Amino acid sequence: MSSHPEITFQKPADDTLLVRLTGEWTLHEKLPSSKEVEKQCEKDTGIQKVLFDPAPLAQWDSGLLVFLTKVIDFCAQKNIRIEKESLPQGVQKLLALASPENQREGISRGASRKTFLVKVADATIRFIRSSQEMLAFIGEAFLAFMKLLRGKASFRGSDLLMVIQDTGAQSLPIVSLISILVGLILAFVGAIQLELFGAQIYVANIVGIGMTRVMGAIMTGVIMAGRTGASFAAQLGTMQVNEEIDALRTSGISPMEFLVLPRMLALTLMMPLLCLYSDFMGILGGLFVGVTMLDLNLMEYYYQTKSAVTLTHFWVGLFHSAVFGVLVALSGCLRGMQCGRSASAVGYATTSAVVTGIVSIVIATAIITFGCNVLGI
Amino acid sequence: MSSQLRIEVRGLDMGYDGFVLMHNLNFIVNKGDIFIIMGGSGCGKTTLMKILVGLKEPLCGQVFYNGMNFWEADPAEREKTMRSFGILYQSGALWSSMTLAENIALPLEQYTALNRSQIREIVSLKLALVGLAGFEDYYPSEISGGMRKRAGLARAMALDPDILFFDEPSAGLDPVSARLLDDLIIELRDSLGATIVVVTHELASIFAIGNNAVYLDIETKTITASGNPKKLLAESRDPKVIRFLTRGEKILEGAKL
Repeated sequence: MSSHPEITFQKPADDTLLVRLTGEWTLHEKLPSSKEVEKQCEKDTGIQKVLFDPAPLAQWDSGLLVFLTKVIDFCAQKNIRIEKESLPQGVQKLLALASPENQREGISRGASRKTFLVKVADATIRFIRSSQEMLAFIGEAFLAFMKLLRGKASFRGSDLLMVIQDTGAQSLPIVSLISILVGLILAFVGAIQLELFGAQIYVANIVGIGMTRVMGAIMTGVIMAGRTGASFAAQLGTMQVNEEIDALRTSGISPMEFLVLPRMLALTLMMPLLCLYSDFMGILGGLFVGVTMLDLNLMEYYYQTKSAVTLTHFWVGLFHSAVFGVLVALSGCLRGMQCGRSASAVGYATTSAVVTGIVSIVIATAIITFGCNVLGI
Repeated sequence: MSSQLRIEVRGLDMGYDGFVLMHNLNFIVNKGDIFIIMGGSGCGKTTLMKILVGLKEPLCGQVFYNGMNFWEADPAEREKTMRSFGILYQSGALWSSMTLAENIALPLEQYTALNRSQIREIVSLKLALVGLAGFEDYYPSEISGGMRKRAGLARAMALDPDILFFDEPSAGLDPVSARLLDDLIIELRDSLGATIVVVTHELASIFAIGNNAVYLDIETKTITASGNPKKLLAESRDPKVIRFLTRGEKILEGAKL
């Protein structure tokens, strides 16, 4: 039969408080508070000793231990002697285990809350370090690339082909879907405005130039950042967790050449090809809108596109995509190599790779577009 | 501290996809035992533990907890029994995205009606019991392997379990840390009165803590010896058991291995 936990007090002597523990002291019951003992001690300042009578105690678990620990802490502060000998053997042993002299040395985190200035300083130091790491990584990647040009880089050809397959052929379905939709959207948005002037045919110009010059490259870049960049970071991050990268280093193999270089090469080679494919699919999307909704003739649309899109637009688009390829591969590999040694660190590395990839794509687009304007391309 | 709990395994076969790893396992673990499941690498010790804790179904046979047929019981009943288990996994298996305090608090939040401050107090107590007071706000990645094991043990004890399962508790620990963990296991058994099942092949631990054991033999695919490990070493006539318990140093005369 269960009975509620209770405490009652007795004073066998003027300076002694006897705490009687009755009932089931388990976490499933509502336990009395240690404050009751504290009140008794504060009410009667003559108390120098606290005793326990656990004889009527039916059952106990951590609930009793928490209660006793608080009473012991309080008595220690007030210089009140506490006698634990009458407590059950198990309780005494557990209290001894949890005593301060049995603890590992370490700094308690709760005690030191950081001030605002310290937080700002920490963030600044972290930013400087991460910038240094990024620059060092770019430098190492460049050196590895130079070694490759001299024919001295060591990685397995099969790895390169695997990454090429993954980043190239296996990305085609998602690139097709997104590019067709972007072509459709461009055509729709353009058509509504151009129809006002009866100039629907110029939808072909908008879609053709828009896709080839920048949108094809950007869309492929964003897809690759989300798909391949994240996958690079997760792969390398997991390798970091499993100490596979350490194993490479200690075997005298540079992880930069063995892991990063094939990924960068594959993505830099595949991105322009994917971009061309994306341009084509986008134009097809525009064509669909033009023919089905704007009553344009198929050949009319084709010739209009052909006259609008010059080779320069293609080259600008391809240049964009090659730059994006390098950026996405760099950010994916960088975040993977920087990954910590836990499952959550891999998740963080993956997210960070995608964010870095997309942000760098946008910044690079702005710089290239500005450069093209200045040069009149 | 809690009701008498006795584990009984009857005619248990275990394996994967039709492949039988061990067959006809029979043994009893009494309350308050530190029961060792020992055997060479790959003999199925961890698989047996997974069956005992409800992570993997046996091919046939029964596991009884206090007379209740564990694998044939109602799922809700089984889950209730599982709540009386505390499990320390080989790697500690702490959730890496949570601090030590959050790791220990999660089972308490799920299965008790305690409020935040009560949970915080219990978490501090559990960490103090394993010697990690003050490490509440550390993440698992910030502490050493031995400390991770201790924190894993604190989490295993969160709900005051009746049975504690340990999978290779001393694996990856230095001899001193391994010894400290062994001492802690004995202390916990003595103070909590819990039943403890340990899967290990560390001889030092087997002799230091075990008062009952079974030896899983990979060749005959069943239990070939059981009893107190020290007695087994002194009295067993099974050459494989003796070879195992002496690290292959003592080979019984005339024994064919």
